[in-house]
Amino acid sequence: MSQSYNRGLIEDFGRWKEFSAGMWAWIFHKFTGWMLIGYLFTHIAVLSSSLTGPEAYTNTIGGLESLFIVRVLEVGLLAVAVFHILNGLRLLMVDLGVGLEAQDKSFYASLVLTAIITVASVPTFLDGVTL
Amino acid sequence: MAERYSSFAPGGTAWLLQRITAAFLVVVLAFHFFLLHFVNHAAEIEFAGTQARMENVGYFLTMVLFLVAGTFHGVNGVYNALINQGLDGTQKKVVLAVLVIASLALIAQGIYVATTMAGWT
Repeated sequence: MSQSYNRGLIEDFGRWKEFSAGMWAWIFHKFTGWMLIGYLFTHIAVLSSSLTGPEAYTNTIGGLESLFIVRVLEVGLLAVAVFHILNGLRLLMVDLGVGLEAQDKSFYASLVLTAIITVASVPTFLDGVTL
Repeated sequence: MAERYSSFAPGGTAWLLQRITAAFLVVVLAFHFFLLHFVNHAAEIEFAGTQARMENVGYFLTMVLFLVAGTFHGVNGVYNALINQGLDGTQKKVVLAVLVIASLALIAQGIYVATTMAGWT
């Protein structure tokens, strides 16, 4: 049986200076989760323009994609999704009891990989848009 | 005191479903992002291309399952986050009811949109 720890109440955000890597991972996972479910509702709302007709759908997406701010928000969404995926894989491993002793290192690895993938995708996401 | 450190009561159905949907979403979310931002650029998406993809029954079913899994995983995550913050009693019941209604509405709307995209309405 793996050893378990009592780190105190993580919901008490005022204790943030005492937080360990795993607690930050938990907070980042929760924050990115809120962003993603919020986006899912927005996403279906935008795609619902297809109910008006093919032209409304094409124009809605084209109009949004012509905005620089939307492209920046998309990069943010990618960062949020990539972190949630990578840290989610880490959590599945933790649940299976695999690599528990390296759970802090795998959190740092999730952050670094997220940063690399996000930076690498910026040219693709900003292609063809001007300020 | 030895405590199991997790946001969910272990062994429950919701706990298991949260993890099963997680494993599915890891793959499909990555696929979705890759297909609609790197293979097809979002800025170049037109209805005809969307329809060509959605007409494929396998793609349609994957997207519907993606929506159902994503909605459950996200809303169940929000519900458990609120419980961790101390949500209890009548408030907990009301929040659960609101979240279930919002989830069912989102799934119904999403399937309706996907069916329209496929040209089956």
